[in-house]
Amino acid sequence: MSPVEYTAADGVGLAAAVRAGRVSAREVTDAALARIATRGPAVNAFTTVLAAQARADADRVDAALAARRDPGPLAGVPFAVKDLFDIAGVTTLAGSKINAERPPATRDAAAVAALRRAGAVLLGALNMDEYAYGFTTENSHYGPTRNPHDPTRVAGGSSGGSGAAVGAGLVPLTLGSDTNGSVRVPAALCGVFGLKPTYGRVSRAGSTLFAGSFDHVGAIGRSIRDVTAALDCLQGPDPEDPVCSPRAAEPCSPVLGEGIDGLRIAVLDGHFARGGEPEAFAAVAAVAAALGVSRRVTIREAHRARAAAMVITASEGAAVHLEDLKTRARDFDPLTRDRFLAGALVPGVVYQQAQRFRAWYRARVAEVFREVDVLLAPTTPCPAPRIGQDRMVLAGVEVLTRPNLGVYTQPLSFIGLPVLSVPVTRPGALPLGVQIIAAPFREAYVLRVGALLEAKGVAAAAVTA
Amino acid sequence: MTQVLTPAELGAYVDDAAKLIGLPIAPEHRPGVIQFMGVVMGAAALVMEFPLPDDLEPAPVFEP
Repeated sequence: MSPVEYTAADGVGLAAAVRAGRVSAREVTDAALARIATRGPAVNAFTTVLAAQARADADRVDAALAARRDPGPLAGVPFAVKDLFDIAGVTTLAGSKINAERPPATRDAAAVAALRRAGAVLLGALNMDEYAYGFTTENSHYGPTRNPHDPTRVAGGSSGGSGAAVGAGLVPLTLGSDTNGSVRVPAALCGVFGLKPTYGRVSRAGSTLFAGSFDHVGAIGRSIRDVTAALDCLQGPDPEDPVCSPRAAEPCSPVLGEGIDGLRIAVLDGHFARGGEPEAFAAVAAVAAALGVSRRVTIREAHRARAAAMVITASEGAAVHLEDLKTRARDFDPLTRDRFLAGALVPGVVYQQAQRFRAWYRARVAEVFREVDVLLAPTTPCPAPRIGQDRMVLAGVEVLTRPNLGVYTQPLSFIGLPVLSVPVTRPGALPLGVQIIAAPFREAYVLRVGALLEAKGVAAAAVTA
Repeated sequence: MTQVLTPAELGAYVDDAAKLIGLPIAPEHRPGVIQFMGVVMGAAALVMEFPLPDDLEPAPVFEP
């Protein structure tokens, strides 16, 4: 398989070629390893490359095909995972120096195992903000992950390696986690698709928690059908994750082509329509125009939801790492340490009020979803900032760069809504994403909208040569 | 409206609260901790000023 053929294909396309015998899984894996070797260092997406294991997995797929056994729907699809998912035999770093002292994981995280069972081939682990506390993947221990479209700019975070690996054409599919926007922000800034399913839709078992109230597993891919195929492999009950929903899986791949007839769609107003650069709102307008949408609706108190998400995240994140904060704070990344330390000091009553507010806000948003089915909003307020840029200007106001990349994603993950970030076609410009949002467990709606936008050419993955 | 504290008041809170839970804060980390404490308590003020009914409780396992 030539390098050009490899980087031109999406994951589902590669699986179809493998299943039809047009190319072997081993050839695809070798093409992925070659691409990682040549293009990988420029983006610094991988923290571990599993060449031998990947070749062995690929050979098993080819052996299954030779024996006329079904190798799975993702046969031979190269994928990689944020370095907070356990991989058997590999130490899970979670972006930290501290966890490098831990023994290797004894088994794969549930999400990793699900994709491997489906025939996908695991290529390695991907860089991230330390313990997932950030939106930029400027990791001080393992170096910043660089944006495939401009190496002086961030890839977004905290699943920055997951976004950059797809945007640079290293692999067509990755796993990330999203607590406040950590799948959607890097997907948007790297120009690829990012799906954060409903809270509880996908098991988090075997992944390193950050703020358990909001932690989701999500997928980043180069096409709608890639993230949909991943969701269909990942979703469903798992007693090993205490918040995983008992609700049965609802496969979305079969309904992708159903279009948007009957879906009531609106653009989000208020918080989601201010405080960003004009090009972020222009991207939403382009998507709305392509869908024939002119209606606008408001979610009340979204700015307060973001504040409450910040409080809960700080408090829960600090609790997870309290012992290390007490005994070895100097070993934390300087970009996360002070925030973790302060989070440990958040008063209990503040945390509890934030959780109570969350219940109130959830009820208000449910009222909105009685009137509409799908909402549109920018993913980020601007394209990728430069690496090391502490401050930026948004809508004429100077703000801190890192926390403000999540201004439009936080109020949605706060109540666990399913959201798809689609890369809006912007030739010659840095990538931007638009969030497509639905009521809980309505992943099919956001994916149907995304599929139509992709078919119209309004949304398309921008993978670098 | 919850009052947002001055840096000196925040510093005093950080010192006392850290002592209460046995969390040492190195002198070189203290300014950054105070700065972020101000950010998170600014967010906290938005939460605390909002009136909520007495019978509203958070779900222990949150179901969206």
